[in-house]
Amino acid sequence: MRIGILALQGDFAAHARMLERLGLRLDPRAGQAPSPGDHYAWVRQGEDLQGLDGLILPGGESTTQLHLLRRQNMTDQLREYAASHCVFGTCAGAILQAMRVIHPRQESLGTLDIEIERNAYGRQIDSFAASGQWREKLLPPSAAPAPEMIFIRAPRILTCGPEVEVLARLDQEPVLVRQGRQLAATFHPELTTNPRLHQLFLNMVHDSLNPGRREAGLLA
Amino acid sequence: MENQEFQLKTGLAEMLKGGVIMDVTDAEQARIAEQSGACAVMALERVPADIRREGGVARMASIRKIREIMRAVTIPVMAKCRIGHFTEARILEALGVDYIDESEVLTPADEAYHVDKHAFKVPFVCGARNLGEALRRIAEGAAMIRTKGEAGTGDVVHAVRHMRAIMAEIRQLSVLPAEELYGHAKQLQAPLPLVQQVARAGKLPVPNFSAGGIATPADAALVMQLGAEAVFVGSGIFKSDDPAARAHAIVRATTHYQNPDVLLECCEDLGEAMRGTEAAALKPEEQLQSRGW
Repeated sequence: MRIGILALQGDFAAHARMLERLGLRLDPRAGQAPSPGDHYAWVRQGEDLQGLDGLILPGGESTTQLHLLRRQNMTDQLREYAASHCVFGTCAGAILQAMRVIHPRQESLGTLDIEIERNAYGRQIDSFAASGQWREKLLPPSAAPAPEMIFIRAPRILTCGPEVEVLARLDQEPVLVRQGRQLAATFHPELTTNPRLHQLFLNMVHDSLNPGRREAGLLA
Repeated sequence: MENQEFQLKTGLAEMLKGGVIMDVTDAEQARIAEQSGACAVMALERVPADIRREGGVARMASIRKIREIMRAVTIPVMAKCRIGHFTEARILEALGVDYIDESEVLTPADEAYHVDKHAFKVPFVCGARNLGEALRRIAEGAAMIRTKGEAGTGDVVHAVRHMRAIMAEIRQLSVLPAEELYGHAKQLQAPLPLVQQVARAGKLPVPNFSAGGIATPADAALVMQLGAEAVFVGSGIFKSDDPAARAHAIVRATTHYQNPDVLLECCEDLGEAMRGTEAAALKPEEQLQSRGW
C-alpha cells in the first residue's frame, strides 16, 4: 500500500507521524531498491499522484493550499484523483473536499457532498478540544478510548448530502463524515497520539484495493 | 508541556508549517499577502526596515490598524508586543489576534523579564539566537520559536547563523550521555526537563520557524534546508519592486525548497529585491537581536 500526503503547506508531517505509528515508512527515493511493506510519499506536484492508493489532505491554511494548487494547475488533477481513490481530509483538507465552501466562498475540489463554513467557531482564542459522540459502529464503547477531537480555527459542516454518512458529532453537528471513498474530519486526529482514524482510513484504502472482502471502514 | 491548552497553542503553529508569514501594515497589503498565498500575516505599524531607519520608540501597533487587518483577511493575524510588556499582550489577547510575537523588533519594555506566556490563552512566538534562548522562551510558555536573524536588513546571514546554532546544539545534545545533560542545562541556562526532552526527541518541543533578513525565494529555501519549518518575511516583500510577485515566489519556494527546478522558476521575473543593509556593517547597539535575555 502507498499513501500520499499533500505536502504543499500545513501539518503534513503530523499525518506522517500517524502513518509511521501504523507501520508505514517514507517511500524510498527513486533509484533506491524498494523496501518491503507499506509506504507513504509526499505529494507536491501533479506527477507525485501516480501510483498512490490513497491520499491525505492535511490541515493548514486552505487559501494557501488552494493558491499553490491553482498556480501549479494541480486542482483538476487532484479532483480527478479524488473521484476514483480514497481521500482523507482534516480541517483545511475537508474544506478542499467540500462541494460548497462559505465564509467566504472559495473554490474547492467538490468531491464530498457537504457545505462547510470556514473559521466557524471564531479565532484562535476560540480553538478547543472535545470528546464528541462517535457512531457505535465506528467505535464501540467497549473499544479503546476514542481519539480526542482538537478543533483549531475549525470549519463547521452545515449540510450533508443524502449519501453522506455521519460518523461522529459534536453537539449534534457532524464533525467526521464519509461518502464512498471520501473521509473528512473538521478536527485534527493527527495532532493526538491516537491513530485510530488513520487506521480507519487505511482500512478504507485496503478495501478499495480488495473489493468485496468486507464492509469498508469497520475498525479491526 | 503536554496539557491540552498548550496543544491548542502549538496546534496553530503546526497548521502554519511549510508556509510564509508576512509583515503587513494595512488592509491592502494584508489582502495582497493573502492572495499571494501567505499562511498568516503579522500586523504592524511600520515594517522593521522603517523602524530601523526612522528610530524612535517602537510599540504595539495601533488597535485600529490591527482590527482593519483582521477584518481584511481570513488567514490568521499575528501582532507584536514589546518584550516584557504583558499589558500590551493582554490588550492584543482581548482584541483576538491569533498569535502574539513578543518581539525584539519593538523597543523592550522590561530589561530583565519576558512575558509569562503560560498565563495567556493566546499563543506566543518568540525570537531566539541559540538553543538556550529558545528553551528559556519555551519555559516561559512560547508555543513557537523563530530565529531572530537581524530584522529589517534584508541580509539573511544572521537568520542562517541562528538556525545553524539551534540545530547544531540540538544535534549535540542528542548524543550526550544522560549525566552530561545536567551540566549542559547549566551552560544553556535552560531548565533541565526541557534539555532532557530535546536530547531525547532530537528537536524543539515547539515548531521552529525562521525570521530576520529573508528577502528572496532563495533565502526562504535556504533557511528551510537548514531546518526551519516555516518562514517569516518582514520588510522583504513590501520593500521590494513587485510585492505580489515576490510574495508568491517566496511562498512557492518555501513549499518546493528541495526542488532546484521550481526554485529557478521562482526567481524569474521578480524585479528588484529590497536594497537592504549589510548586517555586518551595523554597530552592536544597532542590532535588534541583542534585545531579549
